[in-house]
Amino acid sequence: MTDRQMTIARQFIEAIPHARALGMELTAVGEGHAAISMPYDEKLIGDPATRVIHGGAVSALMDTCAGAAVMSHPENAGDTATIDLRIDYMRAAVPGQTIRARADCYHVTRTVAFVRAVAMDDDDDNPVAAATGAFTFSRTEAAT
Amino acid sequence: MKREGPEPVHQIKHRRDGALRALIDAVPYIQTLGIGFDRRGDELTAVLSYSEMLVGNPMLPAIHGGATAAFLEVTAIIELGWSMIWEDVESGRLEPEAMTRGELPRLPKTIDFTVDYLRSGLPRDAYARARVNRSGRRYASVHVEAWQDNRSRLFAQATGHFLMPTRDE
Repeated sequence: MTDRQMTIARQFIEAIPHARALGMELTAVGEGHAAISMPYDEKLIGDPATRVIHGGAVSALMDTCAGAAVMSHPENAGDTATIDLRIDYMRAAVPGQTIRARADCYHVTRTVAFVRAVAMDDDDDNPVAAATGAFTFSRTEAAT
Repeated sequence: MKREGPEPVHQIKHRRDGALRALIDAVPYIQTLGIGFDRRGDELTAVLSYSEMLVGNPMLPAIHGGATAAFLEVTAIIELGWSMIWEDVESGRLEPEAMTRGELPRLPKTIDFTVDYLRSGLPRDAYARARVNRSGRRYASVHVEAWQDNRSRLFAQATGHFLMPTRDE
């Protein structure tokens, strides 16, 4: 990322209190793609017996990452909101490891953006979770 | 022959509220989000107390979609966990004191979770109730509804599938 992109990325997260509270960091964004990481933290634990983080925290990460991908789409003219989000949890995230999410806004209409996202821990070959979502979208006039 | 009287009300409340508190207090993420549970008999209502850290869009402001999703998922898991332990709590096989010491049942694991966002979450408290539509030996299907001002005007709903813990786990 360029310095300017880094600044925008940092400001994006800082402007979202919930993303900041969960310790999210935007690591890449642009052209309908985004990547956000969320370091392991005890306050995110959902299962006291295994110390695995709560599925809800992974949902929040995926939703933020998907939203960032939509916002960064070249044809995006405004704000976005989640219409629906489905998350599949493939396995428990390993306690202590950072969760990294990647989202791809793969199709937009005048009013809707469709997004796929995936979440990983240190094992790149076995995703922790996958998500698909639909988001509100307003396409720039020039693009229609 | 003298019949045994009904169990004193304070004893019933102590047992049920103690068990519920032990179940909830064990999960750090529930405290992080500021979720509490109201209980009427076995019926639970989850309460998400509004705070600034829940905000996703500061311009409106609106509750973050991820915080809403997490609120619904917590509600579904606690409802399932609660329905799982209810009989053991009532029969005395599971004691609140032992639960507080860490003798907790394993919680169900989320397989998938789908959230419908119907309205933006306003900067105020939110409530949710979950209904277990099916709970088998292995899998459970749960529906959750969340609202703010009016019970009939939902701001989000969700359906999730869960893997039930095995008894000997």
